[in-house]
Amino acid sequence: MDKIFGLLEKYYMVFLSGLWGTLWLSALTVIFGTVLGIIVAMGRMGKSKILKAITDVYIEILRGTPVLLQLYFVWIGLPKLIPFEWTDTQCILIALVINASAYISEIIRAGIGAVDKGQWEAAKSIGLSKVHTMTRVIMPQAIKNILPALCNEFITTVKGTSLASVFFVGELMTSYKTVAAATFLQLPSLTIAGVIYFVVNFVLSRLLRLLERRLTVSD
Amino acid sequence: MTDIILRTENLVKNFGDLQVLRGISTEIRRGEVVSIIGPSGGGKSTFLRCLNLLEEPTEGKVFFNDQDITDKKLNICEYRQKIGMVFQNFNVFPNMTVLENITLAPILEKKVPKEEAEAEAMALLRRVGLEDKANEYPRKLSGGQKQRLAIVRALAMHPEVMLFDEPTSALDPEMVKEVLNVITELTRSGMTILIVTHEMGFAREVSDRVLFICDGVITEEGSPDQIFTSPRHPSTNRFLSMVL
Ligand SMILES: Nc1ncnc2c1ncn2[C@@H]1O[C@H](COP(=O)(O)OP(=O)(O)OP(=O)(O)O)[C@@H](O)[C@H]1O
Ligand SMILES: [Mg+2]
Repeated sequence: MDKIFGLLEKYYMVFLSGLWGTLWLSALTVIFGTVLGIIVAMGRMGKSKILKAITDVYIEILRGTPVLLQLYFVWIGLPKLIPFEWTDTQCILIALVINASAYISEIIRAGIGAVDKGQWEAAKSIGLSKVHTMTRVIMPQAIKNILPALCNEFITTVKGTSLASVFFVGELMTSYKTVAAATFLQLPSLTIAGVIYFVVNFVLSRLLRLLERRLTVSD
Repeated sequence: MTDIILRTENLVKNFGDLQVLRGISTEIRRGEVVSIIGPSGGGKSTFLRCLNLLEEPTEGKVFFNDQDITDKKLNICEYRQKIGMVFQNFNVFPNMTVLENITLAPILEKKVPKEEAEAEAMALLRRVGLEDKANEYPRKLSGGQKQRLAIVRALAMHPEVMLFDEPTSALDPEMVKEVLNVITELTRSGMTILIVTHEMGFAREVSDRVLFICDGVITEEGSPDQIFTSPRHPSTNRFLSMVL
């Protein structure tokens, strides 16, 4: 215990900046992952057979391979594909976004799929256009299924970003590595990082539960 | 304009290997009230859904005011605005108030000014006794009230034809009457109506003609008196002796 408090006193700034890194990396991953996920979901649910096949393969590959492998793949592959001074953080963020987009596109598809088929038919039967059917009738209902799952994805992402420490990108696990290397106090610094992760996710999952309750009340 | 508002020519619908409609040819006159009866799975709903293109006919043609609606160049949304449909499960929009349910399509698709659309919606709500529910959400409505809402939502688009697919089948018995009353009132207004129903007494009372659909074909049609008192076809006979 003493060691933990000793570490905190001396290195709290390192852990705080690690936490900050974890949070913004997760937030950006989910935000951009959602944007990309919407595009993928549109391809998946659209009329074009080719787009459907491409997005199917995209999702299968991303769900069927380890995240760490994907991080390495982008980290090594991206600079070769597009020659540019990519920072490690940029590579990792892009890899995380691509990975998240696969899961989020499935969340969106499931959320839309859960809206009663009768709602589409009613909208069509009064002559609503496709765009209005989607924006006025289907999405407002689908969002109630999508939002909680998206928050859940955020929690998963918070944990997932720890892999970025492999590339020494600034986040919580990297903070642990930094402090452990400087002090040789591995277990205490690991405990601190673990407690921070836990607290963050605990708070997030409580917020999520609140949100879910709000959404079901309005039904 | 001709007297015939809807005409189907050898309408066929397949779902995969299953042939659900096996050649339906009929004519609906403007202002006519037509009941469609028949055993479950016979294709009544599918027939109705082909008329507003919720299902795409596999073969055959449907003409609306002499216009072929299976033509690929047809603007389907505009066509559907002229054909109202009421479903068994109401399908009101739960994310909108009663008033918004009604004004949504007129405002968005017909560019009716909001005040005008709302005034008309209120008039429609008064007609079906729901004026005090205008600002409620559908979750506060009973089944019968939801179905009355669904009916006026369709009417707000000024359709030329109304399709009803078992509008009272999902209702508790005590609410059937209030919905049938609304439909009865509508039949008196001169609206062209096709209604799939298991309410035989109602069908007999309001319709000009009854179609009996069984195994994907119209096996018999005629005036309500003829169908209900002296059915000619054995399958009609069998069906009626079961439900009456
Ligand atoms: N989308 C679909 N895909 C596959 N089969 C379908 C589909 N819709 C209907 N069917 C089948 O077509 C047949 C006719 O269905 P339909 O709903 O038109 O019958 P119905 O006369 O309305 O019966 P009910 O009185 O039970 O409503 C049934 O066997 C049904 O299972
Ligand atoms: Mg049916």
